[in-house]
Amino acid sequence: MRRVAILNATVFAALVAVALVAHLAGAPYVVTLATKAAIFALAGVGLNLALGYGGMVSFGHAVFFGIGGYVTGIFASHAAAGTPVLTFPFTVAGSAEMLGLWPMAMVVTALAALVIGALSLRTSGVYFIMVTLAFAQMVYYFAISWRAYGGEDGLSFYVRNSFPGLNTFAPLQFFAIAAGLLALAMGFSALVTRSRFGLALQAARANRQRVMASGIRPFALQLTAFVLSAVIVGLAGSLYADLNRFVSPAMLSWHMSGEIMVFVILGGVGRLAGPVAGAGVFILLEQVLGGVSEYWQALLGLLLLAIVLYAPGGILGLLPGGRRHV
Amino acid sequence: MLLAEQALNGLQYGMMLFLMAAGLTLVFGVMGLINLAHGSLYMLGAFACAWVAAATGSFALGLAASLAAAAAAGVLVEVAVIRRLYARDHLEQVLATFALILVFSEGTRWVFGSFPLYLTLPAALSGAVTLPGGLQYPLFRLAIIGVGAAVAVGLWLLIARTRLGIRIRAGEADREMVAALGVDIARLYTLVFALGAALAGLAGALVGTIQSVQVGMGEPVLILAFVVIVIGGIGSIKGALVAALLVGLTDALGKALLPALFARFMEVSAANGIGAALGSMLIYILMAGVLIWRPQGLYGARG
Repeated sequence: MRRVAILNATVFAALVAVALVAHLAGAPYVVTLATKAAIFALAGVGLNLALGYGGMVSFGHAVFFGIGGYVTGIFASHAAAGTPVLTFPFTVAGSAEMLGLWPMAMVVTALAALVIGALSLRTSGVYFIMVTLAFAQMVYYFAISWRAYGGEDGLSFYVRNSFPGLNTFAPLQFFAIAAGLLALAMGFSALVTRSRFGLALQAARANRQRVMASGIRPFALQLTAFVLSAVIVGLAGSLYADLNRFVSPAMLSWHMSGEIMVFVILGGVGRLAGPVAGAGVFILLEQVLGGVSEYWQALLGLLLLAIVLYAPGGILGLLPGGRRHV
Repeated sequence: MLLAEQALNGLQYGMMLFLMAAGLTLVFGVMGLINLAHGSLYMLGAFACAWVAAATGSFALGLAASLAAAAAAGVLVEVAVIRRLYARDHLEQVLATFALILVFSEGTRWVFGSFPLYLTLPAALSGAVTLPGGLQYPLFRLAIIGVGAAVAVGLWLLIARTRLGIRIRAGEADREMVAALGVDIARLYTLVFALGAALAGLAGALVGTIQSVQVGMGEPVLILAFVVIVIGGIGSIKGALVAALLVGLTDALGKALLPALFARFMEVSAANGIGAALGSMLIYILMAGVLIWRPQGLYGARG
């Protein structure tokens, strides 16, 4: 257990170190890349809760990433225009404060996850994979045809939302926000998985019948984990919207769902720091391979194949001390 | 009249979805494999057809090429990658086939570039025919409906009436037993995979004449094919046919009728917007409805 904790801390520290060194070396672009990695890792930590610990292979988590992003984009653009988001049944004003936007994004994501999860969890196995994918596509097509918020072209907002006491436009300060939330989410995830709830959830993944026989309803456990997982992904979506000051249906696309899944699996499923390592390596590959060939995704595909076929434990599974602990 | 035309469009769309879904559901039913790269085989078929048809000027040769290319790619992928995934869990299958999509898409982009190709119809199949009732309808779309129906009958005959079909059904039921009886199960699996791939390639080639042929064309269709087999019940070819037609008709009629329906009680531009948005979501709503009612799909045996 200690070795795993050290490994988790090391992976997180490496990400922070990259951002700090890049900042000192005067390379703000690299700081922004580290921020992107932290945000993707946050999404991965969220998905890991459902996928790694809960055994729910959701292929539609982009929907929560996108909803988090759209809530942020919509409130920010209304705040910039000085118009209310809603006038009926009650008036809701726009906002450009991260501390107001995050809870909003998380609540809306939670509601969406409650509906999607309750329906999808009626199925299992392959059905679950396809159904979560289909629900994400449904929202994707809705976003494309919703012209009030940019439709296919997406929605830009020009000012990054603010955080008290920080200048969110300074790359390192924005990184600090993303990394801070990532650390919180990792801590939360560690607490959840060690709680009675988390243990029952993992037991339900391992042996559904026995959990039912001991008087626990797996459905309630899984739905709760699904919603928690979605909320973290929604928060990541909100940060990602702020990173780009732009949201578009691409955030909801099934490629995004696949990528979030890749962060988790590249790093190692069901490991706390797996998504952090996975997202970091993904961004690194994008930069390195992207410089080699514009068809870098083909190389990424081959690498992924190799990992799935020959190293099912992901990157962390290859490291000493990286033995799977769930 | 508009309604009849939209119904035919829905039927044609449904038949095309059936060609895709049949392969997916067969591969899942027999091998227990979820194959995201099925859409890549569809794309490959379309590219092979467009390329050969442009080089030789013969659409028939193009069609043959699409079948051959998709089947060959299917065999190659099955032997090199897919075969190692049968015993793995679905998560790993999803990931590995997602990786295959990346390889196929970028590989195709590398070979053919990012610009779409276009397929021209042979003279014999272009133009419109007048149906009973005076409706003018493109001949080629009717031909797609015919091909779909022929494939449905052919698949049924293959599965229900031939020795290969018996083996496929037996492999579905009990893999070890069939292997113990002396059937080369590895070859059977390769064959089934190639069959599914060829059907996807055929669908791609046929649709390539209606839409442009480009990288990424397989993905929306793949997801709809998933919706189809979830509605129909995974592993059931009959379910795939019924669900494909249901999805095709729902989509075409929904997109045509909903804006008109909403226009009755709101202004036209708003009605068009909401109607179009709802129309594109309708098949997913249909799927959610079926899942609430029958989580295993219309003809599915397992949950």
